[in-house]
This record gives sequence, structure tokens and C-alpha cells, in this order.
Amino acid sequence: MKVLVPVKRAIDSNVKARVKADGSGVDLANVKMSMNPFDEIAVEEAVRMKEGKGHAANTASEIVVVSIGPAQASETLRTALAIGADRGILVQSDTDLEPLAVAKVLKAIVDEEKPDLVLMGKQSIDGDNNAVGQMLAALLDWPQATFAGKVEIGAGKATVSREVDGGLQTVAAELPAVVTVDLRLNTPRYASLPNIMKAKKKEIATKPVADLGVDVAPRLKVVKVSEPPKRSAGEKVSDAGELVAKLKSKGVL
Amino acid sequence: MAVLVIADHDGATVREATAKVVTAASKLGGDVDVLVVGQGAKAAADAAAKIKGVRKVLLAESAELGKTLAEAVAATVVPLAANYDAILSPANTDGKNYSPRIAAKLDVAPISDIIEVVSADTFVRPIYAGNALETIQSSDAKKVITVRPTAFEPAGDGGSASVETVAGADVPKTDFVSEEMVKSDRPELAAAKIVVSGGRALGSSEEFHAVMDPLADKLGAAVGASRAAVDAGYAPNDYQVGQTGKIVAPELYIAIGISGAIQHLAGMKDSKVIVAINKDPEAPIFQIADYGWVTDYKTAVPELMKALG
Repeated sequence: MKVLVPVKRAIDSNVKARVKADGSGVDLANVKMSMNPFDEIAVEEAVRMKEGKGHAANTASEIVVVSIGPAQASETLRTALAIGADRGILVQSDTDLEPLAVAKVLKAIVDEEKPDLVLMGKQSIDGDNNAVGQMLAALLDWPQATFAGKVEIGAGKATVSREVDGGLQTVAAELPAVVTVDLRLNTPRYASLPNIMKAKKKEIATKPVADLGVDVAPRLKVVKVSEPPKRSAGEKVSDAGELVAKLKSKGVL
Repeated sequence: MAVLVIADHDGATVREATAKVVTAASKLGGDVDVLVVGQGAKAAADAAAKIKGVRKVLLAESAELGKTLAEAVAATVVPLAANYDAILSPANTDGKNYSPRIAAKLDVAPISDIIEVVSADTFVRPIYAGNALETIQSSDAKKVITVRPTAFEPAGDGGSASVETVAGADVPKTDFVSEEMVKSDRPELAAAKIVVSGGRALGSSEEFHAVMDPLADKLGAAVGASRAAVDAGYAPNDYQVGQTGKIVAPELYIAIGISGAIQHLAGMKDSKVIVAINKDPEAPIFQIADYGWVTDYKTAVPELMKALG
């Protein structure tokens, strides 16, 4: 089975995003960037499918990773190759594409690569849209299984335990399908030094987004980006009686 | 102008999120219809008809709609879309699952998790785990939006809309296998008036439940947890409050042994009153708490139980 894993270069999850003074966006100059953490989980799961860890041996035969972004997104692809993906595709775009455009670009890549499974993060930690996987499935007219906490491949299906409000829902999606992953699916490994060295020799094909013939024109205009309202520290209490009295006077008990 | 709201319901009645999304829909202007997708969900459709400001309720039923499978919901909604200028769903796991699929089928850029309606085409939504708010204007003729329910007041009762049946789709390529829903007599986390949340300081699953459950029962509260506590296996994932879990905004939020990582704060900072109990006076949670109590939860929780009577 061939697996395609889209990965995004995003702000590092340990960095606090700061809004630019002119309200035009979030300041990313000189900020550490990393692979979106949900995508890292997707790469890890694909590699486990290839290694036969928690999956039948050779569940995945080839893992292709694709990133859409500036030239630096090739670093994100290298990270995925160091975890164990086989080759990378960089769709170069110097402007930030909206989720619908990303889904259309990924559809073009799927049409070329013809994977049996697209495994990807449920959302990126910058835009927080949680939309691309669902939209890619819709454009391909493939089944979707989102928020995966567990994935089993067998009999031409992906059987996915989904993390939903109130518990878990298990669905079986006929392959080819799009599966988006949640936090608890696995804990991604740290790439070893030999694997980082090996990843340098793996192939990354670069193609400009314009060559794909996809409409990536924006539909949304960012009017402004602002700081959320600040909440300030209140008062300290020293015992339970005082706390209960204060909460009663606030009318919340 | 007409807006379609996709209901959040349990078959028998509509959850409060539905009335909240109706409020957001009414801010876009025009008529508001509610679509109930499910199986054996007539009672929920009748309940939706009583929400104030609803023009009519559409009821679509099939086996796969009964499990809210995204493929079936999208296939049901897309043929209805011609009649509407906007399609709104709650930003819960169901809405997040099917709404982008509907948007892509309509070639519309979806707008996720809005917290404010500025005008019929302009909305505010949190990005970067709630560290920034983005105001965006959509140029699409039709809007497909998910709404963060906690950001809107519920529409009142007193409506008397008609209920119409529309075709419910089934799709061949995805099958429902099973579900394991957590059974609890406590209120639902996302809708509870009081939430008590535990963090990694509790140290084990046994301790988590031994401390949190009696306190929740005493207060009639829902139990939440930080992601650190969930990752450590002390609490199930559906307890998780935060950017990657549930967003809550109760009247009272009591954080016990939670340090207050950014991603946790993003899930609860809109609560009306926040109480933090933590023995570390430097814990970031104290910076946003209305009432901070610097003490060990081991002694604090029993004292609190006693003071509550």
C-alpha cells in the first residue's frame, strides 16, 4: 500500500505566537518553525505501517511526503524523511494558501501519485482550521475518517477509532481513503543521527504550485489580526471558607 | 437571505449548542432553518421547532445519518444548499467532521470555529491556539461556517416552526462499526455550568478519580482534565479541556493541580469565574484566575468539600 502524508511547516509548538503591532498577522520573523505536531504523528504512523509495528509487516510499501510552502519547507520534508518516509515532494508557494487551495493542490498530487491512503494531521496549529483532510476527501470523493486514535488496515479498508465528543466511534472506510490523526494515535520518535544522514540522500522533487494548474486564488481576506482580550489575575484566598463565601457572593455557587 | 443550521442533538432532543448556533445564524440576518440529520430523530426535530426565531425544521433520516457519518451528512446537505446563503454547524467533533466536506463539495472556503459575527460576510475566529484573533471577510457567495457554541448565548424557546421531511442520504464506502460512549450522570463537559478540572499534579488515574469525582458530584459539575493529565493516562481523552480538546466557558471553572499551559488556557479562559488551586505560586494559571489558592490539593479538596457542606 502506498501512503501519502502531507506535512506543514508551522510555528514550533513551544513558541508563543505574537501579533504584529500593525494587526496584519502573527509575527513569524526569526521564530522557530517545525513540522506541525499532528503531521509528525501521521508520519510516525505511516512509518510504523512500513515497519510492521502495530500493523502487519509491509502494510505500507512506500511513504511519500508532500509539503506546500516556501523553499524552507524542504527542511520539514527532510524531518519526515529522517523519521522514515521514502521520498518528498515540495510544492513551492511563497504565499500562504488557504485550506481549500491546499486541498486542491493535494488532490493534484494524489491524482499523480495514486496513493491508497492519505494520512495527515487533523489540523495545523497555526490556522487551526481542521479542514484540509475533510476537503481533500470530498474533492476526491473518497471516504474520510477524522480524528483517528487508532488505525487498522486490512481487507481493503481502514478501520479507524475516532476521538469524538463523548467517547470513541469506530468506522471502516474503503480504501483509498483520507485519515486524519489525533494526538493519542502514537508518540513520534526522535530521528536518529544515522537516519538524519540517510534522509539527506533521499529524493525531494520540487514543483512550483503554478505548474499544477490549480485555482489557488484566495477567497478570504484577513481584515485584521488582534490580541485576544486579556484576563488579569484576581485575588488570592487562604482557606476554603473564604473561597466558598466569595463564590457565593459572585452568584456562581 | 436564508441560513441553514445543522442541529446538534441526541435523537430525543436538541443540545444547547443548536440554540447557540441559531443565535449566530440570526446575526447573519434573514430566515433561519434548522436541519436535523439522524435516524428516529423526529422528537429532536420537534424540539428544534420550538427554538425561537426558527422558520422551519428539515428532518433527514437514514442509518448512516444516525451515526452522523460525514459522507452521508454532506450528501444530504449539498442538494439543499441552493436554497441557502450560509450553512452553519456547531464546532464540535461532528460539525468539524462534516462541515469542510460540505464546503469543498460546494467549492466554498470553509470558515472554522467563529466566535463573533461582524456582518453577513465577516467573522472573528481564534488562530494559533487562541493566541490571536483573526477577522476574515469571505468573498464566496455562499458561506460554510462552524460556530464555537460557547461564544454565543442560546436562542430562547417559544418558536412554533413546521417540520418537513427531506431526503436523507446513505453512502456506500464508509461503514459504522461500533461506538463506546462514556456513560455519566454528570452534565456534559461542553455545556456544564460548573467544571472541575484536574492536572498532572494528581499523579495517577486512581487519585484523579478519587479527588475529582466526589467534588464534581457535590457541585453537580462536569469533570475536565488538562492535556498533560490525559497524556499521562490519568483521565480519558474526552475529558480534555484545551485547544486540542474541548472548549468550555462555564459559570465556574475550578482548576486543580493544573499549571496552566497556553493550550489549556485556550480551552477555558472564557469561563465566567476561574478558581485555581495549585501549590506552585508561580503557576501561570494564577495569572488568569479570579481566585487563586496556593496550597496542596491533597488538603485543599477535602477542606473545600467540607466548606461546601
